[in-house]
Amino acid sequence: MEVLRPRTLDEALALRAEHPEARPIQGGTDVLVELTFGHSRPDALLDLSEVAELRGFTQEDGALRLGAGLTYTEAMRAPLATRLPALAEASRTVGSPQIRNRGTIGGNLGTGSPAGDALPPLLAERAEVELASVSGTRTLPLEDFLLGVKRTALAGDELVTAVRIMPSGGAQTFAKVGPRNAMVIAICSLAVVVDTTEGEVRAAFGSAAVTAKRVTVPLADAAELPDLIAEAAAPIDDVRATAEYRRHALRVLATRTLERCVRS
Amino acid sequence: MKVSLTVNGERLEGDAWGGESLLTFLRDTLELPGSKNACEQGECGSCSVLFDGTLVCSCLVLAAQADGHEVVTVEGLAREDALHPVQQAFVDAGAVQCGFCTPGLVVAVVDLLERVPRPSDDEIRESLSGNLCRCTGYAKIFDAVGLAAERA
Repeated sequence: MEVLRPRTLDEALALRAEHPEARPIQGGTDVLVELTFGHSRPDALLDLSEVAELRGFTQEDGALRLGAGLTYTEAMRAPLATRLPALAEASRTVGSPQIRNRGTIGGNLGTGSPAGDALPPLLAERAEVELASVSGTRTLPLEDFLLGVKRTALAGDELVTAVRIMPSGGAQTFAKVGPRNAMVIAICSLAVVVDTTEGEVRAAFGSAAVTAKRVTVPLADAAELPDLIAEAAAPIDDVRATAEYRRHALRVLATRTLERCVRS
Repeated sequence: MKVSLTVNGERLEGDAWGGESLLTFLRDTLELPGSKNACEQGECGSCSVLFDGTLVCSCLVLAAQADGHEVVTVEGLAREDALHPVQQAFVDAGAVQCGFCTPGLVVAVVDLLERVPRPSDDEIRESLSGNLCRCTGYAKIFDAVGLAAERA
């Protein structure tokens, strides 16, 4: 197994075009498990951890651009935690400090699991995904990027380079159900943003359909949100919980998170 | 492939296969078995090391990603004539039962106390939430963190 180690984004994109079969790896918290347990054995790995352009975040005219290599630990710190509080809360529920120090937002998108903890808060804030290849850059609304269970719109020659968000500034929070606070894959999760500028409440749930999904209601109809979320969910029975429990828990989370946002 | 890195202040080099984890590279190639190999999926924390000063599970870092970087393992903590204060606190508090989780916990506590010299109980619990002790000896482990913080 070859490990390609580009130092710049241009090098990374050139290598991606030459080796579309290479598995991109950033923090390694998903990919190493696949490799160690033999779930996948790609011919090559494209290690993005040395690409400086993917790190950190930038702000311009109020808009945020989160590099694909931004770690959960970084998302939990000011000033990001102040601009995107629900993402910071969700990040804090990811794995453990060790995992949060390595795992990245770009990795959460690339893996595209319906349980990805960063996805509901990003959907609720109407994030866009920036995808780059040697032939250029495109952006897609996050809901169009997530196609199915671990299926995304990423093309074979593309890399996720960033997430773009115009923070709403609205009250927002995140909640997740699981057997303990740390090291938990969500049984279900929910992010809520009360956007008074747009006059709407946007919520997004995880682990209750083939992808994380957003539900939007006018501010005046916020009380309908728990029912609308339960209707929009299409959960399954699996080792972690039953579909019925997930639907019930989402209703409870919707009521609680709305209360938190209205009180804050 | 050749991997060349600094481990516990020493420049070391060895061969790793492409998909190899830093953990097996440390243990099998560099012959540093202090970092323990248990779950191999980041759940248990017994392989915790400092990677460029950041606490990570070495089972989730690719050996190739460590090329050119700096790693501190539990073997690098003690001074020539004395245990690291965190190790000494674990001994004094009786925070070791079977001992398997101890290296990872010691590294995690060293990281915690460097960032937060006087952690609250909640901070200790959250910071050590990625380290499992299957003997369930958490009370003594928390005592050891308190003792190390007090002595610093």
